[in-house]
Amino acid sequence: MNGLNYILKRILQIIPVVFIISILIFLMLRAIPGDPARLVLGEKATIESIDAMREKLGLNESYIVQYGKFVKGIVSLDLGTSLTYQRPVIELLRSRVKITLMLTLISTFFSLLISFPLGYYAGKYKDSMFDQIVKSGALAAVSMPSFWIGLLLMILFGVKLRWLPVGGWGNTFIEQIRSLILPGLTMSLLTSALLIRNIRNSVVDISNMDYVDFARSKGISERAVKNRHILRNALISTVTLLLMRMAYMLGGSVIIETVFSLPGIGKLMVDSIFGRDYAVVQALVMLFAMIILMINLLTDIIYSFLDPRVKF
Amino acid sequence: MMRHAKKREIPIWATKPAFIVGIIIVVTAILISFFPQFIAPYDPIEVNSKAILVAPSAEHFFGTDNFGRDVFSRVIWAARIDLQIGVFATIVPLIFGSLMGLIAGYYGGVVDNILMRIIDILMTFPFTILVIVIMTILGQGMRNIYIAIWLVGWMAYAKLVRGEVLVLKNAEFIEAARVTGFSDKRILLRHMLPNVVSSAVVFAASDVVLCMLTGASMSFLGLGVQPPTPEWGAILNEGRAYIMNAWWITFFPGLFMAITGIGFSLLGDGLTDFLRTKGK
Repeated sequence: MNGLNYILKRILQIIPVVFIISILIFLMLRAIPGDPARLVLGEKATIESIDAMREKLGLNESYIVQYGKFVKGIVSLDLGTSLTYQRPVIELLRSRVKITLMLTLISTFFSLLISFPLGYYAGKYKDSMFDQIVKSGALAAVSMPSFWIGLLLMILFGVKLRWLPVGGWGNTFIEQIRSLILPGLTMSLLTSALLIRNIRNSVVDISNMDYVDFARSKGISERAVKNRHILRNALISTVTLLLMRMAYMLGGSVIIETVFSLPGIGKLMVDSIFGRDYAVVQALVMLFAMIILMINLLTDIIYSFLDPRVKF
Repeated sequence: MMRHAKKREIPIWATKPAFIVGIIIVVTAILISFFPQFIAPYDPIEVNSKAILVAPSAEHFFGTDNFGRDVFSRVIWAARIDLQIGVFATIVPLIFGSLMGLIAGYYGGVVDNILMRIIDILMTFPFTILVIVIMTILGQGMRNIYIAIWLVGWMAYAKLVRGEVLVLKNAEFIEAARVTGFSDKRILLRHMLPNVVSSAVVFAASDVVLCMLTGASMSFLGLGVQPPTPEWGAILNEGRAYIMNAWWITFFPGLFMAITGIGFSLLGDGLTDFLRTKGK
């Protein structure tokens, strides 16, 4: 089948990309001024332990051999040991990545909930008062610092009203969901704004198309026109945009998780940078890269199925 | 059409109120950043042990922080640094990226191919992540914020300008210039550049917001501007510890940042509209 071929082709295309990214990340630790062994072990390390680490990291060998070992480490999920936590990096990631993924999912959910009704009605009643307000709101949302919005929500719902926790992470599932609401909402604002613009504009464009007029003149009910023709077509570009945004939300997690003290991989990244825990930083950059590549792959595949105009 | 002809007679400020609001905000912000000493009543880094965490009042419009520093004065002085980051972090990528796009698009070939491939790969990564990774390598500080944003920012301009150059390359007047025997340099700078630069400049107006917010985010995380230098993100970061009883330290710098950001966005949107109508 052609579709299968396309997917296969796209997966094969990723291989050189992964190769380039792995080289960049490999060079990253070596680009930081100073001895990588010292960077990994920290400032207080003794000369003996640094020598041992140099041996372990293979720093005395050629770059090509070093790179080979680096790749082998990734493939066998041996990502080194965290300096701060004194635990294997992979264990650290395993317990943290769940929180960031949950945060991303919740904010995706909020984004859909906010953007579809607002975007649809803004487009349907183009240039109305409602449309103007929604458009201004979207513009404001893309121009404001997310950490400020997060802190304001925290002051309002956490400090003043005491409806939701100010920050941190819960033990039970309900507690965890509760502590994800404010950060999820904060994270969803920018995405919602972009989705609203997209949905609004596609509703405006599609409503002016001949085939929508034709559908109406055939006597199809307004509801059917909305569902079958307008929303369905607006959905294609919106899903694509949303998936792309999910990659950016991962990037935003670095800031949002810091604001709300959520122990996900975003906060781990900031903590590790400050703790000079470079083994963790390196692993996180690789993890972010892999997740983003997967999302991009998924976006292309879903897009090719949703839009029949894409040729395989 | 009649309606169109009529529209022309209405002055610009009446048809584009949002654009005018944008200009007013941006001009005000620039004035503040040039003359903070005339607006700020106190020294932004002067510690006052007698006025710690004072709520907003006639004496301290935005209250004071944990060192008794006047938040209003700090927010006003911070405008200088934040606008500087927004503007200079944008200008360098605008110039360098546009030139790269111009050259890559005009000459094409293997170099263009490789360059665009690398840009495509890197641009799938979130801006924040790329900047943070570079900050990790370079270390903290304001100078490194610039370098990190410069290293990441030029790619968008290169892609944008290259796309325009590809369209323009086959235009008749470029053909004519080539046939006339003008040098590549002359064609690029005198014929191509004026026609492709406007979309890059329009993009830059909204890019200022992104750069300003990124710079502030880095300072908020503690990676950028170091205390006691007044910078909006850094003030917010310091105020975070006192959010329970002193909301004003976090509220006002963010408000100024939001208004400035909205101003630049409105300006960018307005410019985009002009460009679109000009194109038609």
